[in-house]
Amino acid sequence: MKYGLAFIAVIVGSLLTIAMMVHWERPPMASTQLGPRGVGMVWTQNPRTKAILKSKNIAPESDPPAQLSGIKVKDSPDYQNVKVLGDIDVEEFNRLMGAITNWIAPDEGCTYCHNPENMADDGLYTKVVARRMLQMTRQINTMWTPHVQQTGVTCYTCHRGNPVPANIWFKNDGPPHAEGMSASRQGEGLASKSVGMTSLPYDPFTTLLAKGAQIRVDGTTALPTDRPGASIHDTEVTYGLMIHMSEALGVNCTFCHNSRQFASWSESRPQRVPAWHGLRMVTDLNETFMASLQGTFPKNRLGPSGDVAKVNCATCHQGVNKPLYGVSMAKDYPELRIANP
Amino acid sequence: MIEYQNIFTRTQIHGPGDFGIPLPDGAERERIGKPTMVHLFGLIGDAQIGPIYLGWLGSISLLCGFIAFEIIGFNMLASVNWSPIQFVRQLFWLALEPPPAKYGLHFPPMAEGGWWLMAGFFLTTSIILWWVRTYRRAVALGMGTHVAWAFAAAIWLYLVLGFIRPVLMGNFGEAVPFGIFPHLDWTAAFSIRYGNLFYNPFHMLSIAFLYGSALIFAMHAATILAVSRLGGEREIEQIVDRGTASERAALFWRWTMGFNATMESIHRWAWWFAVLCPFVGGIGILLTGTVVDNWYLWGIKHGFAPEYAYDMWAPVLDPAIAAK
Repeated sequence: MKYGLAFIAVIVGSLLTIAMMVHWERPPMASTQLGPRGVGMVWTQNPRTKAILKSKNIAPESDPPAQLSGIKVKDSPDYQNVKVLGDIDVEEFNRLMGAITNWIAPDEGCTYCHNPENMADDGLYTKVVARRMLQMTRQINTMWTPHVQQTGVTCYTCHRGNPVPANIWFKNDGPPHAEGMSASRQGEGLASKSVGMTSLPYDPFTTLLAKGAQIRVDGTTALPTDRPGASIHDTEVTYGLMIHMSEALGVNCTFCHNSRQFASWSESRPQRVPAWHGLRMVTDLNETFMASLQGTFPKNRLGPSGDVAKVNCATCHQGVNKPLYGVSMAKDYPELRIANP
Repeated sequence: MIEYQNIFTRTQIHGPGDFGIPLPDGAERERIGKPTMVHLFGLIGDAQIGPIYLGWLGSISLLCGFIAFEIIGFNMLASVNWSPIQFVRQLFWLALEPPPAKYGLHFPPMAEGGWWLMAGFFLTTSIILWWVRTYRRAVALGMGTHVAWAFAAAIWLYLVLGFIRPVLMGNFGEAVPFGIFPHLDWTAAFSIRYGNLFYNPFHMLSIAFLYGSALIFAMHAATILAVSRLGGEREIEQIVDRGTASERAALFWRWTMGFNATMESIHRWAWWFAVLCPFVGGIGILLTGTVVDNWYLWGIKHGFAPEYAYDMWAPVLDPAIAAK
């Protein structure tokens, strides 16, 4: 009897030790069937963390629509050095500037970007960045509708009241490593938040969020061909990126993929198509917009290897499959939905 | 009152240490050490510890195993910049990775997988020497060599994963890293890369033998425990001279499922199920990437992957093809 209890205590103790090491959530979970029964296509969510997530992803009320003055910004002598928003009404412009302040620098106010002596002055780097970000927002809303559909984005989608969005990434070589002939980590084998605390490659972004990157790793034919396939390491990098997507969107693999064959499009859910465009979108945003600001940002805003901050899925999604639970703020700010020239 | 010794028995028999049968001339000296009794071991098995035979094979095997263990451990420690705290915190995540695929079968720089090859060499040497030891000790005792061949089945799977298949694929990047979570990530990545290993018939067989082993083990263990009050755990005696325990156990299974294994044949069932699990698994791994590149597509091609009606959504097209 005594030993029986000791035996049970050892087992319970071991299980609790394991539970301590991994992220452990208590049941019950809510599950939603996503595919044909019997193929394990189920979306498992924790109703308790979902409630917290809901409270963190509330879109703010939009300001009342602007009373148009009929004067465009570029025609008004009061506004100088307006390079992107010149074609919109002065009242729309003022309303947008107020909104941007609330979305990005609610504590710092207008002077986070503007020189109060001369609002047109480009002396603060933040103003130059903001101008480029407005172009980026328009690019997303007009060129990337396959991803953002008609919901669109505003500055708030990423910024959420922070001058620097909470979820950005830099090239990551990992923490210091012993030099010399000791074995290289090969970019993996650490508990890494970027890949959901797995030991997968912790920076899948530098490799795979680049133009022409080969994300697909599955064999495309039943039998091997002469073409060399992806290596196991390549597969792990892709796997890491997929874990990031899963974490960023609060979904599991089968939200997009079919459980039995991740590569198969004909058996995938339609959600995989916007996700595919999304990966190309962030690549475009990073290479066209973020990279162009490399020289604009001061050193303290750059990453450990001196690269500019970049976006990934988490930047907008922040744990939710539709950012801000699908609430379209962009529809109230039509000036953000004009194509860049 | 005589009570027999098993896991549920409170009584432990203490007598002179049991040295086993006499060995041929000269072999007796190989039995190093004096047996001792440890009460704790007696709770889960035989209280007698030793004599242990190590010999050259055992000693070199342990030494090689220790070298492999140290290579792996110190490289893991180096990967967290010699921080003992991070080493403990991240131990389950740390790895010694095989060489990148670009090095093929050439010996890579030490930092780029050289240590992995060395650890693999010493670990393999250690395992092979230990195998020879299990074979030779069995022969020395006049036993069959069943244990050695069962062990060989596991070594087969180990060698396929870490050596034979990587050599056939032409690079060691295909091999498994050393590390707790990293080797599990390898398993998942391997299955993803080669189109879902569940569609590999040899993987299916291996699973059948794995689950079958557990089932047979449970059935056999439960049967023997259930008749141990009648002397059933003296299996060898029951094989030679079937008593009431054996009769009842056999009748129980004939009553419940119409057929019974015998006291002897159940061990053949168990041995083959256990041995076939890694044996067919190894065949399945060996064929992956070398002969079949995508098991799911192979399953479609050969008509055993079922079709499902995807009427829950409109057909999805690959946007990469649509974009062209």
